[in-house]
Amino acid sequence: MRITPVRAIVLRQLYLLRGGPTRVLSLVIWVAIDIILWGFMTKYLNTVTAAGFDFVPVLLGAVLMWDFFTRVMFGVTMAFFEDVWSRNFLNIFGSPVSINEYLTGLVSSSIITSTLGLVVMLILAVALFGLSFILYGGLLVPFLMVLFLFGIALGIVGCSFVLRFGPSAEWFVWPIPAILSPFAGVFYPISTMPTWIQWIAHLLPPMYVFEGMRAIVTGGAMSMKSLTMGGVLAVLYVLAASLVFTRVYRNAVRTGLIARYSAETIT
Amino acid sequence: MPTLQVSSLRKSYGDRLAVDDLTFSTAPGEIVGLLGPNGAGKTTTINMILGVLEPSGGRIHIEGRSLATDRREALQRTNFAAVYAPLPGNLTVEQNLKFFGMLYGVASLKNRIDTVLEQFDLLGFRRTKCGVLSSGEQTRVCLAKAMLNAPRLLLLDEPTASLDPATAREVRAKIRGLATDRQVSVLWTSHNMYEVESVCDRVLFLSRGRVLLEGNPKTLPDEHGKGTLEELFIAVAREPLSLES
Repeated sequence: MRITPVRAIVLRQLYLLRGGPTRVLSLVIWVAIDIILWGFMTKYLNTVTAAGFDFVPVLLGAVLMWDFFTRVMFGVTMAFFEDVWSRNFLNIFGSPVSINEYLTGLVSSSIITSTLGLVVMLILAVALFGLSFILYGGLLVPFLMVLFLFGIALGIVGCSFVLRFGPSAEWFVWPIPAILSPFAGVFYPISTMPTWIQWIAHLLPPMYVFEGMRAIVTGGAMSMKSLTMGGVLAVLYVLAASLVFTRVYRNAVRTGLIARYSAETIT
Repeated sequence: MPTLQVSSLRKSYGDRLAVDDLTFSTAPGEIVGLLGPNGAGKTTTINMILGVLEPSGGRIHIEGRSLATDRREALQRTNFAAVYAPLPGNLTVEQNLKFFGMLYGVASLKNRIDTVLEQFDLLGFRRTKCGVLSSGEQTRVCLAKAMLNAPRLLLLDEPTASLDPATAREVRAKIRGLATDRQVSVLWTSHNMYEVESVCDRVLFLSRGRVLLEGNPKTLPDEHGKGTLEELFIAVAREPLSLES
């Protein structure tokens, strides 16, 4: 794999961010709103509960981590959508760039955009609501890593879906995090859910992160085996998503979708 | 060695054959016109040579490299411009050229960008977003991008369709000059028979995905009892069977 085409895709994303302040704003505005909304909510909950339980690391921490995952996923899809919206597939895929280079470029672009969102969230959560991650110590890195990998996997799946079904299938990508969040146990322990949903939750890497976070906050022990399971699952999802994208791309080349990818819907 | 060697190329969509047993080659420095009515298989052929459409059968070699097994090496020597593939409008001319130059792995990219900007009279548009350029200017940017990697094979799908006659003439002269000076092989599709006659060394008339006629555009009409290339084109479109013998 060559590094220059990967750099090209990242550079294109940087050009777009530099060229339009609204693009930068869209990266930070939603996460900022989420942190402020949930920040005040946690403050309020802290005042009405008698047990002295601190909701900030549990709820606001969870919101921050979930938003990070969402930004990672959308970071991949947004970089891909740039080529969809500008009808650029013929120029891109008619060049010597390989699918691996293209996907790596999308993922690298997402690292930049999601890091920007994460920094904004951290500044707001720490400065306004006193959120501290010291509690999690070195575990914060694997927590973020698992969410990052799963975000990448879902981002690639979203791209595959749009590549297969056409630009109008874009709507499918946006609600994916919202659909997953009840099953991933972001805001509550999975033990509160029916057994069949708990089985689904065990297939989702974020569940291991959020269960671990809650265990630490409530003074319990975090299971390393459980976190490793989340990491392994996330890696498997990335590999599976890459395979799906490659297969969808090959099918698009065989059927001619790439060459005439501009129709509103493609069947 | 031919720059482009297409052998027994075939593309079918279900029962419909879009390209049927197409065989031809282009030599270094040669401009070959790929002609035919709408649906004859010109764009399908170009898409297969670009690697964005998988052939149902046959082989494509670019400077001896198989597109099927050595895609990167083959496409590194190729580039294209088409009216239906403009560059992203939300990037400036220079940003687009840098982006595509990096995708193609162009060495000394900055100098190369300056060269193609000058070559296509785009120096004044360096920092202009492509989306606000006129269609003629956008076409020139596409052509500049097509020249970035100094291709050995250039695929041009109606490259002058949105240009005014004066600019179209200039572009034709530039491409003609490139083909001669740098021995670039060009596959050129156009519906402008005057243009084809003035720029192409050889033409291939496609009909229903097959090469119906082949020859020098200046002598071919006479060989088939037609006064002009345009008359021959119309005959190919209306009564291909009468010309098949």
